[in-house]
Amino acid sequence: MNEGQQTLLDFMRQEQGKLAAQTLTHIGLTFISLLIAIAIGLPLGILIARKRKLSGIVLGTAGVFQTIPSIALLGFLIPAFGIGAKPAIFALLLYALLPIIRNTYTGITGVDAAIKEAAYGMGMSYSQVLFKVELPLAMPVILAGIRTATVINVGVATLASLIAAGGLGEFIFGGISLNNTNMILAGAIPAAMLAILFDFLLSRVQNIDLKKVRIGIKVIPVALFILACFYFVPSAYAGKLVAGFTPEFMGRRDGDLGLRDRYGLKIHTVVISDAVMYKAAYEKHLDVISGYSTDGRLKAFDLVVLNDDKQIFPPYYAAPIVSQEALRKFPDLEKTLNLLAGKIDDSTMTNLNYKVDYLHQSPEKVATDFLIAKGLYKQPRNGNVGTVRIGSKIFVEQYILASMYTTLIKGCTDYDVSTKTGLGGTQICFGALKNNEIDVYPEYTGTGLLVMLSVKPRIIDSLVTDKNKTYDYVSRQFDNQYHIKWLNPIGFNNTYALMMRKSQAEKLNIKTISDLKRYLESN
Amino acid sequence: MIAVDNLSKHFGQIKAVDGISFNVNEGENLILLGTSGCGKTTTLKMINRLIESTSGKITVNGKHIADTKPEELRRGIGYVLQNTGLFPHYTVAQNIAVVPQLLKWDKQRIETRTREMMDKLNLDHTYFNVFPGDLSGGQQQRVGLARALVADPPVLLMDEPFGALDPVTRANIRREFMELDELKRKTMVMVTHDVLEAFELGDRICLMDNGKIIQTGTPAELLFKPTNDFVREFLKEQRLLLEFRSIKLSDIWDLLPDKSNGEAVAINCNCSVWETLEAINESKESAITAANPLNGEAKTITFTQLLSTFHQYQNSVTA
Repeated sequence: MNEGQQTLLDFMRQEQGKLAAQTLTHIGLTFISLLIAIAIGLPLGILIARKRKLSGIVLGTAGVFQTIPSIALLGFLIPAFGIGAKPAIFALLLYALLPIIRNTYTGITGVDAAIKEAAYGMGMSYSQVLFKVELPLAMPVILAGIRTATVINVGVATLASLIAAGGLGEFIFGGISLNNTNMILAGAIPAAMLAILFDFLLSRVQNIDLKKVRIGIKVIPVALFILACFYFVPSAYAGKLVAGFTPEFMGRRDGDLGLRDRYGLKIHTVVISDAVMYKAAYEKHLDVISGYSTDGRLKAFDLVVLNDDKQIFPPYYAAPIVSQEALRKFPDLEKTLNLLAGKIDDSTMTNLNYKVDYLHQSPEKVATDFLIAKGLYKQPRNGNVGTVRIGSKIFVEQYILASMYTTLIKGCTDYDVSTKTGLGGTQICFGALKNNEIDVYPEYTGTGLLVMLSVKPRIIDSLVTDKNKTYDYVSRQFDNQYHIKWLNPIGFNNTYALMMRKSQAEKLNIKTISDLKRYLESN
Repeated sequence: MIAVDNLSKHFGQIKAVDGISFNVNEGENLILLGTSGCGKTTTLKMINRLIESTSGKITVNGKHIADTKPEELRRGIGYVLQNTGLFPHYTVAQNIAVVPQLLKWDKQRIETRTREMMDKLNLDHTYFNVFPGDLSGGQQQRVGLARALVADPPVLLMDEPFGALDPVTRANIRREFMELDELKRKTMVMVTHDVLEAFELGDRICLMDNGKIIQTGTPAELLFKPTNDFVREFLKEQRLLLEFRSIKLSDIWDLLPDKSNGEAVAINCNCSVWETLEAINESKESAITAANPLNGEAKTITFTQLLSTFHQYQNSVTA
């Protein structure tokens, strides 16, 4: 599969089922939260317009919600709401509240005092003034607030895919992880079009004749309700087990694509961020997750790896990769980095990860402790012959490895080190190395084979069963194509894996991925 | 009809209205006159409870207003605002029909009455479904008056009803307004700062200053028997015009020379001196014949005769 040469339309056609489901989910999420936000915001706006002393507190609080970064807000909500639609809707609701409350307040307080006085003077009651005079006259302003809230929600709803609530963010974040432009656009363009479309429709509603507004008041809630129901359309055909895969896993051959091709695995899948996936599996929000075989959380959350009996996950032996230029510039570098070769096996790495993930030790401390235990630790020499730039991807194992290399280089050479940790996914890190923004970072043979090299499926099949063949092929190709050298493997194999809760896997008697498929197809 | 007794309204330390009392008789038009901030509008709004009084008592038709729910009280009192206060999202017809709607009249009755009011206030029926924003200021004020009068309330409160209009429109609407038979039976309280308007429309005038009533009386009483210098000063600038306008031929009838040249009667003795002077000025003759229906007399008056008689009367009342 060579996605780089597909056109956007090809991609959209090929993924039209997913695209339609994501779009419906996206619309649904946007409008469920909008509907609730209106149900809360409108009365609150009316209340503070009547009791102005409260306006400072209410608008201030709603304003604070608005300033919380959206990803952080989703993070705060997971302990309370778990994953999926609930926290996503709640977060969107908080973002939609401010424009609705504020515009209701502004709209009502903005009604000409003489008109209100006339209404009271004619003998209207409190509620008659509200419904016959204030709300109709404030309606254009209130609708403007709802319009703003809708556009904000369409945008923020893309982040819902990080916590398994679905939506067009699945394509966007998958595309970013895989550097697949078509995939990013397949999510981003529909999202942008939804925003433009709803903005346009609401602007039409806003501009209709004052007199007809009263009809609009009846039509709009119905329309919103129907749109909100879209959320439930895709999830109507959910299966008995739920899988949560990262956006990156969704688009990889040694990921969801391989599971579907080679195993024929059909499972109801939600897209979720790596950061919350393990916990969600532990808390039974998810049954099957994609993960890494050395992840410390495997141990912490009592999960078990399913045996990859058809070998779709290639070996992922970790090794530092360095640009040839850096090797010339820093003659002692290769020797120093290779000090770690063969020193860490799978269980050691899992344990190191566990210390950071679960015992909350810093990656630096874990790295230093390990080096001391292995007798590799030396005091920093504070050298200044040159600066080696070390990169890492945005997960714990990479932080630990980057930290070990930093300590080794500082202790064994006269080079200084600058670290650029957290360079996002594979493509960002690799791009930085190619563009000479970093000199070295730890990479995995499987990633090199499947993500960076365009290799024919036939060749892949012949390589993935043997870890040495894979390493040799990858290091040869990298040298030729990119002038990047693979140093000696560190020892452990951090492969992709499917995992389940140990208790559930035992109960259902699932040991391999084929067992999982058989279970899903039974009944 | 309306009795105000020792009424006060304090906003914090400021005494906007300070212990005032007055009565408005049935069918009478009382004017609250004064400069801005004298408390006249506050007084008016306390009568329909748009502002609640700090102390004192108001009765309308013998009933204490605090005993009636504000909404019900207001539905029985017509209210005209200075800048119309029309509802921009209601058509002209809907605006006029606000109070009947609140009173739950049936549809047919509302429509008939609305059209009747539009006729009376010279509003073309093509305006029926037009929004107020598309009308001129004068027409808007007609709609405002129609809205206040539509349910035929016995009491009408008006807060500078002609204040926002240009002088020509203002004079026209005021004249039409006073000729409305609808108004003949009404008890009215009207706020204005325009002395001429007050003297033209008011049966009695309450001159207010600083939250207090300085003098209550007929236009002639204010002119010729001012209680203090404030009243005199207040009326000084337009004094002659006010006197010409407020003194009627009947007031000076006995002082007029007793002769008639037998010409046809041109005016009635209910006309003011001002109107008579205008009539003489406009006629080709140098004199005009006026009739007094009370005793059947007719007198022919010249310009100079009228002026000297007027002076004579002035001296007699101020002496």
